[in-house]
Amino acid sequence: MKLDAKIPSGPIQDKWDKHRFEMKLVNPANKRKYHVIVVGSGLAGASAAASMSELGYNVSCFAYQDSPRRAHSIAAQGGINAAKNYRNDGDSIWRLFYDTVKGGDFRAREANVYRLAQVSNNIIDQCVAQGVPFGREYGGLLANRSFGGAQVSRTFYARGQTGQQLLLGAYQALEKEIARGGVKMYNRHEMLDVVLVNGVARGIITRDLVTGKVEAHVADAVVLGTGGYGNVFYLSTNAQGCNVTAAYRAYKKGAAFANPCYTQIHPTCIPVAGEHQSKLTLMSESLRNDGRVWVPKKREDVGKKPSEIPEEDRDYYLERKYPSYGNLAPRDISSRAAKEACDDGRGVGPGGRGVYLDFSDSIKRLGAKEIGDRYGNLFEMYQRITDENPYEVPMRIYPASHYAMGGLWVDYNLMSTIPGLHVIGEANFSDHGANRLGASALMQGLADGYFVLPYTIGHYLASTKFEKVSTDHPEFRAALESVQQRTTRLLSINGKRSADSFHRALGKILWEHCGMARNAAGLTQALQEIPVLREEFWQNLTVPGTGDTFNQQLEKAGRVADFLEFAELLCIDALHREESCGGHFREEHQEAGEAKRNDEQFAYVAAWEYAGDGKAPVLNKEPLEFENVHLATRSYK
Amino acid sequence: MTGTMNITLKVWRQAGPTAPGKFETYTARDVSPESSFLEMLDVVNEKLVLEGKEPIAFDHDCREGICGMCGMMINGVAHGPSKLTTTCQLHMRSFKDGDSITLEPWRANAFPVIRDLVVDRSPLDRIIQAGGFISVPTGAPQDANALPIGKPEADEAMDAAACIGCGACVAACPNASASLFTAAKISHLGLLPQGQPERYRRALSMVTQMDLEGFGGCSLFGECMAACPKGISIDFIKRMNGDYVWGSVSARPEKTVLTSG
Repeated sequence: MKLDAKIPSGPIQDKWDKHRFEMKLVNPANKRKYHVIVVGSGLAGASAAASMSELGYNVSCFAYQDSPRRAHSIAAQGGINAAKNYRNDGDSIWRLFYDTVKGGDFRAREANVYRLAQVSNNIIDQCVAQGVPFGREYGGLLANRSFGGAQVSRTFYARGQTGQQLLLGAYQALEKEIARGGVKMYNRHEMLDVVLVNGVARGIITRDLVTGKVEAHVADAVVLGTGGYGNVFYLSTNAQGCNVTAAYRAYKKGAAFANPCYTQIHPTCIPVAGEHQSKLTLMSESLRNDGRVWVPKKREDVGKKPSEIPEEDRDYYLERKYPSYGNLAPRDISSRAAKEACDDGRGVGPGGRGVYLDFSDSIKRLGAKEIGDRYGNLFEMYQRITDENPYEVPMRIYPASHYAMGGLWVDYNLMSTIPGLHVIGEANFSDHGANRLGASALMQGLADGYFVLPYTIGHYLASTKFEKVSTDHPEFRAALESVQQRTTRLLSINGKRSADSFHRALGKILWEHCGMARNAAGLTQALQEIPVLREEFWQNLTVPGTGDTFNQQLEKAGRVADFLEFAELLCIDALHREESCGGHFREEHQEAGEAKRNDEQFAYVAAWEYAGDGKAPVLNKEPLEFENVHLATRSYK
Repeated sequence: MTGTMNITLKVWRQAGPTAPGKFETYTARDVSPESSFLEMLDVVNEKLVLEGKEPIAFDHDCREGICGMCGMMINGVAHGPSKLTTTCQLHMRSFKDGDSITLEPWRANAFPVIRDLVVDRSPLDRIIQAGGFISVPTGAPQDANALPIGKPEADEAMDAAACIGCGACVAACPNASASLFTAAKISHLGLLPQGQPERYRRALSMVTQMDLEGFGGCSLFGECMAACPKGISIDFIKRMNGDYVWGSVSARPEKTVLTSG
């Protein structure tokens, strides 16, 4: 496999402009002759589908939920970054670019990140025009807040519901286009395979989740905006339905999977309460603007009420270890620091897996009303879940799986190694390197969907000659049949364990051996345990009901089956990467407790190529060249 | 930590839109008061699956009260007994050992049952399609700060925009009206300067679509506001009615047809 990132030549600040000029255009009258499939209706998918439809393309959009508005982008709380420099605090496109590359621990592709920073400002303009009710100052201008990994205030927000409001903006644009006839929406449909004709992506196979009907859809290009794979850990902040299936099916058809081991464990989530737990809830990172993170200095104090622990017996460990960023240290660093404190026996709450996030100083300084204005809905959510009032007692938080920086490999045009298959948003690997900074996911999803893909897909369509293909083509028939066979197989095992119990077991293996800290022995063990579990899955799974009805167990079983294969790829990648970078922390590679990168050997994107069932995947490397950012040890001290 | 509880569930089971439905009784044993309502149902379903029976179908996704996917009538109350709380955020500590809980899907003509507690809410999307947007294509806007918007207006628009589209307002309304849902979107956009050019046209066509979908009319019972997990105010319905009336009297035939693309 040859990886050609197709990065335009020239100075970094001119690359995108130059590329936009050099790309071929599709004549307006010809656009309606093209059909593009978009899978997923989150920020990336909805914005791409709406924008391409506005341009005149025929678009079909697929979502597994009952409405495009429910995609998990909706749950993002804190905000979206942009280099507007409205605060006059020294922000610029260069600084956003630099912070993102550094935040990603120098494992992202410079040209993509620079473009992301460039279009960040257009996103805010676009969203305001759509009526997104961003927070505002009394003077009527947009308000900002700070987020981790940055020393400027560049995050725009809509209370604690920024993702919801941005998604509703994209959703409304999408519904506008559905009404106009430019987009055909398929709700409650799940993509189960991508179809290649002569090596080019020409369509997908879906299952109608209501009727069970398996169908083929033909198109000239396919776009995956199917989100991340954080649910491989079972417990995560992702929605219950988030899955790796679309991306993994594409991988098995030839799309390289890049850096699967770059997973983000978010530091501020509500800790696990018991065995029944089905998901973990994030508390926005924006809380760290005004909340101070601490644990008791002494192990014997962990059982005490926080109010009984005097100031001098508290260890504000982030402020102590990272004085210049303090409580706003990046996510990977904050998560590991919480784990260290708990491993040291100083964790609080049931099971000792928690740290305090304390607002009492801020409430003293600003008043409860101001804190309520900033975080009221988050405080309410916390209280609903834990039955504790964070105005009175500190929150308890612990890290949880939250985001996947890894994803399908794409070139500068957001096209995967399968011609015609484009990947946007969290589903691709491109912009966050080994660690994503807060408020950058919304930015990337919308950048890809509104401002990058609508240009690059035109270039692809204009420069490709398409042969006429219908669902009767042998490749479509074969794919359809294989999806049906797989469904039948899942239904006919008739074993004794539910799909959920396998998922839970898989999550335990991964969290234990491939979570916040990893080592060769643990990963090797995980690589032994996963195939055993997978074997049992195909021998002992039970799925009640049939394939031609609304069957949530069947949906789940299909997703777990793919997680069981994908988990192995994740561990293989984690084992091969003999360095620590960002969210990937290898215990063997550290210096005074901090991550130690190995730029000599690992300054590359690991793009894994499927080699067949039971065969080791093939590693392809895209070297990362840093011409504009000086490779340095990432320090937030 | 308090002890576990045993709960009796009476659940509406219905195999499909046209199949007859009926209540089935199940027992949820050893339920932790720390678990969420849906986690309690997960445990019941896990047991059903292991017995080879079909589990209770219910919609859910984010489980943090924002996607709007979940929702059911719990003892006759949309989203259950806790105020300002979606079904997924309801916790078992709101119930006590020995309680009997009746679960039904949203009941409205416009929301046909798909299976058990799952209903088809696509009419809500079609109400948005009728005009719940601002017609700006990607790429055209001016600088975001070129249009100052007062904080009170922005805040009020945000109050309306907080709607999650779960449909609880419809389920709670004796007329199965979607007025609160529709009014929330009309108000969110109508309160902002960006939404002014289409304000009355929007109200007119969204309300018309709501009627076409078979939702009932609003007679200001206020059950919708009580059931709304996001506390959307019924005042927005007043605003919608005003915009609708003004839209009706001021509507002029459109001289040109909009085209795009």
